[in-house]
Amino acid sequence: MADPKLSKYLDEFEDIPGTLIFNTYRSRQGFNLNQFCMSLMKEENRKAFRANEAEYLKQWNLTDAQRDAVLNRDWTGMMREGGNIYFLAKLFSTDGHSFQHVAAIMTGSTQEEYAKMMLEGGRNPKGNRSKSNPSL
Amino acid sequence: MAKITAGVTTSHVPAIAAAIDLKKQEQPYWQPIFKGYEFSKKWMAEHKPDVVILIYNDHASAFDATIFPTFAIGCADEFLPADEGWGRRPVPKLKGHPDLACHIAQHMILNEFDMTVVNSMDVDHGLTVPMNLLFGDLGPDEEWPCRVIPFPINVVQYPPPTGKRCYDMGNALRKAIEAYPEDLKVVVFGTGGMSHQLQGTRAGLINKEWDTKFLNGLTADPKALTRIPHSEYVRETGSEGIEMVMWLAMRGALNEDVTETYRFYHVPCSNTALGHIILENK
Ligand SMILES: [Fe+2]
Repeated sequence: MADPKLSKYLDEFEDIPGTLIFNTYRSRQGFNLNQFCMSLMKEENRKAFRANEAEYLKQWNLTDAQRDAVLNRDWTGMMREGGNIYFLAKLFSTDGHSFQHVAAIMTGSTQEEYAKMMLEGGRNPKGNRSKSNPSL
Repeated sequence: MAKITAGVTTSHVPAIAAAIDLKKQEQPYWQPIFKGYEFSKKWMAEHKPDVVILIYNDHASAFDATIFPTFAIGCADEFLPADEGWGRRPVPKLKGHPDLACHIAQHMILNEFDMTVVNSMDVDHGLTVPMNLLFGDLGPDEEWPCRVIPFPINVVQYPPPTGKRCYDMGNALRKAIEAYPEDLKVVVFGTGGMSHQLQGTRAGLINKEWDTKFLNGLTADPKALTRIPHSEYVRETGSEGIEMVMWLAMRGALNEDVTETYRFYHVPCSNTALGHIILENK
């Protein structure tokens, strides 16, 4: 049974477009995936992962969806399966990529388009505030 | 008695760490960003704090997914820069102030702020970038000019503490510092922010108007800012804009009446609206 006050708190975030909030439920869902990412903070683990990604992933008990998302570097998929961006950062840093590189991919734009948007002042909040009221 | 003389807020964008480590400070993209901190470095060199209490968030570096402490304090002798996936940053290790940190932890807990005591931790870009921006680009063989007490607040797993709780926590931190018998000059940092969203199709969101209101309020009317709900931070400034609650923690440690010594705001810094302010207790 849901507590109405807590449900209201969580539901308000669900109305925000293009945004996944890493709450305690998603933290449970993504635990193994996020712990795999943490392991890449050690050079010996980065080496082992690079040498054979699928083999390295076996020890982390990922769901099939989580494993496929990692192997395909499907960042949106990893987020959907409970990954958190600061944990996933260990994976894209291992690949030699920046936050901006991955942000551009998640928005579906090219690196150049995304960098240009940022140089021009970033994404305008207008129209990006509410799923239920797109005019906000 | 130990005394808080000033507060500093600044964004702690990881790309700044990369720019420093790869010596890109003079490149056209980075030059205006580093120029924005020239005054601050001079001010800090003259201000000479004995200790910096550095409020930041751990970005899944010291704490993995097994534990998300809401308010924590680093009580170790020293702290190494974390390996965030590309090796440890080439910056000096940070010398803590275990005696003051232990005093603060105990004082705050007895004052009903239940701190998590951390006796060993690495510190990530959230801490080392603000150190660089205010103290300069020091190499691993040099020494930071003051002691640092890391003070991580959880803003990674929701819910983070409310803005009001952070502000009240700052009040309790101040009381703890003022009860420390040794004469020490303390500067409190509140880092992270401002507008930024690093994930999803809305990544890159920047809300200059909202950020400006927040900067104005931070100096003049911080109590009004403590009423902002989490959903407003996320809706208006992006999912990672929530880091601004840590600025309220810093603000709660200062006098109500402060002088705004310096302000800098710049878009873009990677995905982020970079904001920085120096407040001095009157
Ligand atoms: Fe951060």
